[in-house]
Amino acid sequence: MFSGFMVNAWTVASIVAVVAGVVGFFTVMRGSAFAAHAIPNGSFAGAAGASLIGASTLLGLGVFSLSGALGIGLLSRRGRHDVATALALVVMLALGALFLSWSEEYAPAVYSLLFGEVLGIASNEVAPTAILGGLCLLAVAILYRPLMLSSVLPESGRARGISAFRMEMSFLLVLGLATTMTVPVVGTLLIFSLMIGAPAAARSFTDRPFVAMLLSVAIALLIVWFAIAASYESNYPVGFFVGTASAASYAVGRLWEAQRARRHKGARPR
Amino acid sequence: MTAQVAAVFAPGLFSSEAVHIAAGVGALVAVVTSVVGVFTVIRGQSFAGEALGDIGATGGSGAYLVAVGPLWGFVVGNVIAAGAMELIGIQRPRGRDLATGIVLGASIGLAALFLYLTTTSQSTTGAAVTILFGSVFAITSSTVPMIALLSAIVLATMLAIYRPLLLSTVSFDMASSRGIHVRIVGALYLFALALATALAAITIGTILSTALLIGPAATAVRLTKRPVLAILTGAAIGIATMWVGIVLAYDSYEWPPEGNGWPVSFFVVTLIFIAYLLSGLFALRKPRRSPGPTERSGAAAPAAES
Amino acid sequence: MEGPASSAVLEVQDLDVRLAGRKILDQVSFTIAPGQFTGLIGSNGAGKTTLFRVILGMQSASAGRVLRGGRARPRNDHLIGYVPQKFLLDPDLPMRARDLVGLGLDGHRLGIARPSRARRALVDEMLEAVDASSFADTRVGRLSGGEQQRILIAHALIARPRLLLLDEPLANLDLRSAHDVVALLARIAREQEIAVLISAHEINPLVGVMDRVVYLAQGRAVSGTTEEVVRADVLSKLYGHHVDVLDVHGRILVIAGAGDQRDLAGHEGSFPEILTT
Repeated sequence: MFSGFMVNAWTVASIVAVVAGVVGFFTVMRGSAFAAHAIPNGSFAGAAGASLIGASTLLGLGVFSLSGALGIGLLSRRGRHDVATALALVVMLALGALFLSWSEEYAPAVYSLLFGEVLGIASNEVAPTAILGGLCLLAVAILYRPLMLSSVLPESGRARGISAFRMEMSFLLVLGLATTMTVPVVGTLLIFSLMIGAPAAARSFTDRPFVAMLLSVAIALLIVWFAIAASYESNYPVGFFVGTASAASYAVGRLWEAQRARRHKGARPR
Repeated sequence: MTAQVAAVFAPGLFSSEAVHIAAGVGALVAVVTSVVGVFTVIRGQSFAGEALGDIGATGGSGAYLVAVGPLWGFVVGNVIAAGAMELIGIQRPRGRDLATGIVLGASIGLAALFLYLTTTSQSTTGAAVTILFGSVFAITSSTVPMIALLSAIVLATMLAIYRPLLLSTVSFDMASSRGIHVRIVGALYLFALALATALAAITIGTILSTALLIGPAATAVRLTKRPVLAILTGAAIGIATMWVGIVLAYDSYEWPPEGNGWPVSFFVVTLIFIAYLLSGLFALRKPRRSPGPTERSGAAAPAAES
Repeated sequence: MEGPASSAVLEVQDLDVRLAGRKILDQVSFTIAPGQFTGLIGSNGAGKTTLFRVILGMQSASAGRVLRGGRARPRNDHLIGYVPQKFLLDPDLPMRARDLVGLGLDGHRLGIARPSRARRALVDEMLEAVDASSFADTRVGRLSGGEQQRILIAHALIARPRLLLLDEPLANLDLRSAHDVVALLARIAREQEIAVLISAHEINPLVGVMDRVVYLAQGRAVSGTTEEVVRADVLSKLYGHHVDVLDVHGRILVIAGAGDQRDLAGHEGSFPEILTT
């Protein structure tokens, strides 16, 4: 399990987990469920198109993810995620299906783009993934404080000169970047559950923001490692294990909280 | 003249049985989804429609696995899910929270597993494509009676609850005070939604089903504020996009790449999107109502967009 | 309204604000000196929030100007601390009260905060100043409304502003809590020489504490001490119709008088309408 091409898989998957944990932390904090769902949808077409013309999947994903992020950010400036955006994203999915239907392996390609593919990670994808991942982490590190302030108390942020719009756009671009590099491993349909499940579980175990972010990374790593190992052994798809493990982590977190509340009953009314 | 006609309507279009079935089923489902879709848009519950789409993938792929038609899977899975949503109280706008998203993620993961098992155990590829992206051409004549029955059930339900549903959408309190069992009406609506999304799923696939459910309805609501007119307009748009999509898909067998044909669902979805964008031109001409506070998900006045 | 202009913390001069064709603020003028506790009184919709937005630089004026610390253009030097009226804190948000206060210190700076003893001491000091030390390590989203408000005050204070702006902090509080918050703010103003400007639609919780009042009605304002401003003649002129000011067991009631009032059905009547309590 740990030799040969699997080394690539472990490396890339670990980078993916770290980025998903960090970016997901802010996604959950900002309640950006729509964007986290929508951007991967859009990038599906990009990946499909890239595979059709023989270009790098990462390139196709990148172009469509970032454009999608920009589009969502600019359109939602009006204050609503309207029907046009939702329909546009469905069109992207249909477009992806169209592109794939023109290629030789329609069904398997659809499947691996949607649900993830571990074994297909080539060695020449490790470096770009690492670079993109590094960029994401760097961006989050730089934006950490103002992004957090703007997410939690947007009015106070604005009073200190932090434009909520600029923060939203920056965050969406980071989310687009993160989507680009995480989708090949986990698939467009399931990247959402990794990005949301790990941080949502992490919040059950700590009250501190930075610790919560670190825990989010740790949980994401556990989920991804488990998924890869299980997929390798059983041949079942990685996405299945990611989806169920994310849900399980969240459930464990909730149970932990409930049990802690029962122990501290009477100390502080909620 | 005949040359141009033949260019638009490729030879064999009107005599193909698959096309007949597709056109008939497509039109019927368009009507059903318009009725339910208009209410979904007005109630601001598009999220519920999307969620049922995702869950449909699990149900459909599970059905494939036990060698039952996917429609059964869609119906059973959706109805159970709708029941769960009703019990947990997801009808309220706050339903779009973490827990729901995570549960949906798990169900999609399960769909991945079912599809994989189907591929290996039955060595049929293409289950994923059929479930997720669907094809109205793939509907066999044996499924048609079932589709007709389900459509009739949805229409009958919506007819029965039409007025109380409309009233309780506009004002929850007003409806309750008039003795309407708002909860029951809401539950029946969710049931109809479950069936409607199942029908949409078998027609253009689960991932794309929201386009059929929301698209024509949202377009219609943009053009007219009266519910009955909106339903009729939505149905007309849905039928039109279906039929044009079918024609284009049939014609596309002649287009590159040779012989494959383009997915009909792609045409339908794109046409729905274009229709929505075009309606923006008409909507602009109407006097704009004064901008009120922006609301994201409130189930407010009939004029609200989702 | 006296003294060299540059020593005033805030000067609003002949401010006009138009929104969607309506005149929201009309020639509003007042001054706030260092350490002064000022109440901005007006009923809902009178323009208080608009005025705040202009002061904070989030809204532009049609005419007139605002001088902050003597300067027309706001610099990001944290002259003004702001406590908004509405804020929503997710109960599951992994952030303790002390973390939120810490964000007030350097949340506008890029990068990640480096924990230092000095920083922690400063946060502790602020929490102490607002009587929040007992719940410093609790999740902000799980605190009560009043407790959250105190944390937000500490969050605004920690940057050492010269003016603290609070948008309707008393609106959803019961009488006792309102009294406590006002006392706290008065103490802060006194001890730390920070000017405080609170908007409210009820005048009574502030009467004994305010140094000055800015009374806003129909978009126009009158400022001065309570004795100077809250009088029948002054307010009648402000409202543009007859207004009575009653003292009922020490409570001030501002009531629109008879004669030129119409009720909903259009009947002229002499019914009292309470404008401010």
